[in-house]
Amino acid sequence: MNALLSMSPQSMAAQLLIGLINGSFYALLSLGLAIIFGLLNIINFAHGALYMLGAFVAWIGLTQVGPWIGIPDFALNYWVALIVAPLVVAAFSVLIERTMLRRLYQLDHLYGLLFTFGLALVLEGLFTHWYGAAGQSYNVPAALTGPVRIEALGIVLPKYRLWVVVASLVVCFGTWWTIERTKLGAYLRAGTENPKLLKAFGVNVPLMIMLTYAYGVFLAGFAGVLAAPIFQVSPLMGSNLIIVVFAVVVIGGMGSIGGSILTGLGLGLIEGLSKVVYPEASAVVIFVIMAIVLMIKPAGLFGKEA
Amino acid sequence: MTVPTLSAPLQAAPPGPRFTPRATTVLYAVLLALALLMPLQNAIYLVFLMKILCFALFACAFNLLLGYAGLLSFGHAAFFGSAAYATAHVCKALGYGPATGILIGVAVSTAIGFVIGCIAIRRQGIYFAMVTLALAQLLYFVAIQIPLTGGEDGIQNVPRGVLFGLVDLSNDTAMYYVVLAVFVGGFALVNRTIHSPFGAVLQAIRENEPRAVSLGYDVNRFKLLVFVLSAALSGLAGSTKAVVFQLASLADVHWHGSGEVVLMTLLGGVGTVLGPVVGATVVVVLQTLLASAGSWATVVVGLVFMTCVLLFRRGLVGELAPLFRRKARPRR
Amino acid sequence: MAALPHPSASGRPVLVVRDLHAWYGESHILHGIDFEVREGEVVTLLGRNGAGRTTTLKAILGMTDRRTGSIVVNGQETLGMADHRIAHLGIGYCPEERGIFSALSAEENLMLLPAVGAQGMSLDEIYTMFPNLKERAKSPGTRLSGGEQQMLALARILRTGARLLLLDEITEGLAPVIVQKLGEVILQLKTRGYTVVLVEQNFRFAAPLADRHCVIEHGRIVQTVARAELDDSKAVLDELLGV
Repeated sequence: MNALLSMSPQSMAAQLLIGLINGSFYALLSLGLAIIFGLLNIINFAHGALYMLGAFVAWIGLTQVGPWIGIPDFALNYWVALIVAPLVVAAFSVLIERTMLRRLYQLDHLYGLLFTFGLALVLEGLFTHWYGAAGQSYNVPAALTGPVRIEALGIVLPKYRLWVVVASLVVCFGTWWTIERTKLGAYLRAGTENPKLLKAFGVNVPLMIMLTYAYGVFLAGFAGVLAAPIFQVSPLMGSNLIIVVFAVVVIGGMGSIGGSILTGLGLGLIEGLSKVVYPEASAVVIFVIMAIVLMIKPAGLFGKEA
Repeated sequence: MTVPTLSAPLQAAPPGPRFTPRATTVLYAVLLALALLMPLQNAIYLVFLMKILCFALFACAFNLLLGYAGLLSFGHAAFFGSAAYATAHVCKALGYGPATGILIGVAVSTAIGFVIGCIAIRRQGIYFAMVTLALAQLLYFVAIQIPLTGGEDGIQNVPRGVLFGLVDLSNDTAMYYVVLAVFVGGFALVNRTIHSPFGAVLQAIRENEPRAVSLGYDVNRFKLLVFVLSAALSGLAGSTKAVVFQLASLADVHWHGSGEVVLMTLLGGVGTVLGPVVGATVVVVLQTLLASAGSWATVVVGLVFMTCVLLFRRGLVGELAPLFRRKARPRR
Repeated sequence: MAALPHPSASGRPVLVVRDLHAWYGESHILHGIDFEVREGEVVTLLGRNGAGRTTTLKAILGMTDRRTGSIVVNGQETLGMADHRIAHLGIGYCPEERGIFSALSAEENLMLLPAVGAQGMSLDEIYTMFPNLKERAKSPGTRLSGGEQQMLALARILRTGARLLLLDEITEGLAPVIVQKLGEVILQLKTRGYTVVLVEQNFRFAAPLADRHCVIEHGRIVQTVARAELDDSKAVLDELLGV
């Protein structure tokens, strides 16, 4: 505790920012998982691998595409990658969904988990084979390099990291608002509740499922691009993250979209703070919280059924 | 409308022994005889066979939980690995013999199984799987940090020791027979559990939990009990492995290991008695063949997973056993 | 046994069902349903629980696991069509459990369904017909009372422009006042030329509304009673419907 109280505003702000960044990724990924699970009843173990895929597509677009097509200077810059990479990842996932995942909907949910687990291994293995396990670096885009001064609080923060938090919050909030407050979201909410009835009413539910899945995956790919300049772009970047995200999801319960976002952000913050107070435990604090929440409120903080 | 359980689609053949009891006994006898005679041949390395036996036991323990109780744990490496570490530490740092080492290893995995079980049981289905994965990951991070595990290096050069002061286990043949005995004992225990009233209740819980509750069974106690039993036997496999290979490392508690045992069971046939053994054999062979292929091994494992789930859910034994049943009929 | 339309209804056939078999999983529920409904008719499907009345409606909408036979709606064969296209032939459905989405407000429920026909009722018309839905517009769908939910279920399909209405047990569990109101609504719809297939346990409710009553037993239509023949058929009906 002393460490916490004796921090300067600058260190505190820096630490909170790190926590918020991790929290942003937790939020984006658990949001995507919750959206996919709500409609498809599948826990997408490959979500972490798809996040990794997003980062890699961005990196490939920046560094590899040029040499491939014979125009060495050609590069898809960060801003293009922010849209293109998630779209590529989403398109890939839709292909998987249409050809393979679809057959699993009638079965026990666990088969979906096992299938996507296999998919995650395939992606991880392929990229490790092609690019090695060590990380590739991805440069922060020029417009976002450098510090941001907040005079009022006397703190200086890296511009790119602030951007990551802001972008994530905007996307999360936008997603939440679309789902909870618009007609488009009403279709999703209705479809999550009773897809068969909705189909009988004339709504193209299979299309909705495909697009929803695509969007959930888009979020993962988007998070990957955001992550590229911060963490190294490595084939393993997704797998450790996804396990933590699972814990986040269990803590939050998958009942509410807003709940997933809040839980992700909150846990990121707690994890960040724990690095100050008790660094050795920071890797596991979320799991410990999960254990505690399970003993007290098994359905999760925002969960609806036990 | 009942939710299809993981093994429900697999029960195309009626539950119970897939062969007539006499045929089963004959089959086991033949397999046992073959196993006993293995040290006499030179084509297959004994160490390789011991690896298969250890993982077969691990898979049987896992199958008890998945195939019969219907609980998918994605964190079983926690039990395998923690027992391996405990045994390795006891035998190397503390100097005890292998029997004590293995016993303590099993005790450790049982205790951890109890703790994880108590927490995970609070949820069902998918959530249960995620919780076990997360808790196993917690254990993994602990393993990285605490000094006794040796971090990245693990605990190496664990002495095989002398069993009960009589049998020198550094002799591969002696070690092999001990491992075989451990496996047969574990396998028999699993078998006994499956075919006991306890096993019947487990299957009832798997098929229709609310119904089991309404019949008055304390469902959570049964689940916890089978979970702990599975953890104990997984620990037995891990401890034995630590002695055989004289090594306990982070790979033993990594989530890849948890995934592998799921694959072994799925590939062999969830809810069958011999499935896990067959599956373990196939996976170990596959891993050995792919050992020099680097990351392709991961890709292949992933592809096998995907293929199994899509096309091959009954696993090898599940698919092939009905063929044998049909062949047996004409005798009437 | 084909159920022939009432002689006075001269409209074109809106719904023609021939030899309809339907399954839920392995359960074979419908064993060859044959009936026809012409434009403007109100037809009831009567029968004991488990006879296959709800399943018939569900089969028309493609909600059963498997079906064989022929279901022609407004001249189009629906077997072999993608499920989500069937409603667009102009069908509105009120499921037995009302099917109000709890994650949506009453108004969202009302506005949700896609248009399936040209003459959907405007919001004003709906609120005139069902005034209390207006007050409850922002409440979560399932916070409404049973009667309000039933009206909402009816209102939302009227908005879509559906002219063929499949209504399953709309009076079940509701107070007499509301049942009466529903009866008035159905009569109004009838005068406006809607075609209605009604699954009803409450014979007293159905009798004054329907042109024809079809009795289903064991997945087949075993008896058809036209409105004019009601008095004569009292005994037969009592036997078929009595428990």
